Amino acid sequence: MATRTEITSGLAEILEEVAGVNPDDVAEEKSFTDDLDVDSLSMVEVVVAAEEKFGVKIPDNEVQNLKTVGDAVSYIEANH
Amino acid sequence: MSTVDVVVTGLGATTPLGGDVASTWDAMLAGRSGVSPLTQEWAGQLAVRIAAQLAVDPAEVIERVKLRRMDRAEAMALIAAKEAWADSGLADSGLDPERLAVSYGTGIGGAITTLEQDDILEKSGPRRVSPHTVPMLMPNGPAAYIGLELGARAGVRAMASACATGAEAVALGLDLIRAGRADVVVAGSTEAVVHPLPIAGFASMRAMSTRNDEPEKASRPWDKNRDGFVLGEGAGALILERADHAVARGARIYARLAGAGITSDGYDIVQPDPECRGGIRAMRMAIQDAGLTGADIHHVNAHATSTPVGDMGEIKGIKASVGTHPILTSTKSMSGHLLGAAGALESIATILALRDGVIPPTINLDEPDERLDLEVAAHKARTADIRAAMNNSFGFGGHNVALIFTKV
Repeated sequence: MATRTEITSGLAEILEEVAGVNPDDVAEEKSFTDDLDVDSLSMVEVVVAAEEKFGVKIPDNEVQNLKTVGDAVSYIEANH
Repeated sequence: MSTVDVVVTGLGATTPLGGDVASTWDAMLAGRSGVSPLTQEWAGQLAVRIAAQLAVDPAEVIERVKLRRMDRAEAMALIAAKEAWADSGLADSGLDPERLAVSYGTGIGGAITTLEQDDILEKSGPRRVSPHTVPMLMPNGPAAYIGLELGARAGVRAMASACATGAEAVALGLDLIRAGRADVVVAGSTEAVVHPLPIAGFASMRAMSTRNDEPEKASRPWDKNRDGFVLGEGAGALILERADHAVARGARIYARLAGAGITSDGYDIVQPDPECRGGIRAMRMAIQDAGLTGADIHHVNAHATSTPVGDMGEIKGIKASVGTHPILTSTKSMSGHLLGAAGALESIATILALRDGVIPPTINLDEPDERLDLEVAAHKARTADIRAAMNNSFGFGGHNVALIFTKV
């Protein structure tokens, strides 16, 4: 089981790769769109990469609830 | 009757000979070949294992995250257009974006993206296919990216006429300005298909040179021992501008785009008409459109791709429409054949030949075909006082485009 910190740093790696987000900017309270400037197509890439990295399934109707990095961490923590 | 004059005020390119216009032009005047062996693993199985690949990879110029959302053809288009735009000095000129249009094409489009994403689909399933796939593979993508980057609001037109694309995009730019639809047009074309499938397809047509052991000698237009074209990749961009607009802002003017001729063969989907009838009509149309006669054309940057039939048909065409006096060259001997981007790069070479009074060489013309009875700037660049020059481009589908540039 990965810890919340490990999941956050795993997401930071993905965000850097697909959207050029500085890993230092990634924190649980940050909003993907408003704070990290991740557009909708890049969000799709983030989700697919996270599924692969953490062995979870993130259905499309769940993605709209993942507003912040913390939302994503919680979802991954509960489902992987 | 008065017509609107159109001039060229900016140039940009990324080619197998250099990452910009200046380095490409220097390489051409030096008679350098941009053709090299394909060292990629996939090349081993192909009959054709040579190509003219970009001198400067887009990854050296475009930021990584931006680049991964673009097809290689789009990235190259953007590099060429940005250079041309900076060269024109229009950025700070107060140009109304609603008077800025784009006319930019590609012969094949985002083929590498299509093929790479298909590999992902097959191996990993549909969910792994990139959400950027469609904007990367769509043929209007290069034009759209340029329009986006420069804020063009007068329409983004995407041309596709195979190896005549670049020239036809320039011809459309001329029409757009003449028709009053724009004051400035970013025109040109891009091509990035150095990939096993397009190479295998052209090779299956027996259209490509298989001189794998001597890459630099493989592209040899009009030479007796030519055995097909050499695939090249690259992009070129021209800033076309209404002449009075350019003069009013004190712009540096390279040349006048004096005329264009566009025809179609109605002959065969890929074979050129050996009599070059469609080509002759295009050349005559362009000369007439420029208000000139054949005698005024001093130089022709020919389409001449190094194929057995095409090269000689064009010679007949030039004799019939221009005469026996112009000095010819085929810069494809150095750059390889950039397919859709050829007309853009060769327009740039034609314009610079006018500016500098020097015709870039046709390298590898060691034993001219005995039917070649026109003068060619063989082996070495040649100085010549050129007042008007023509650039020819012909494409699969029977597209023929001739452009006339004149000195201002």
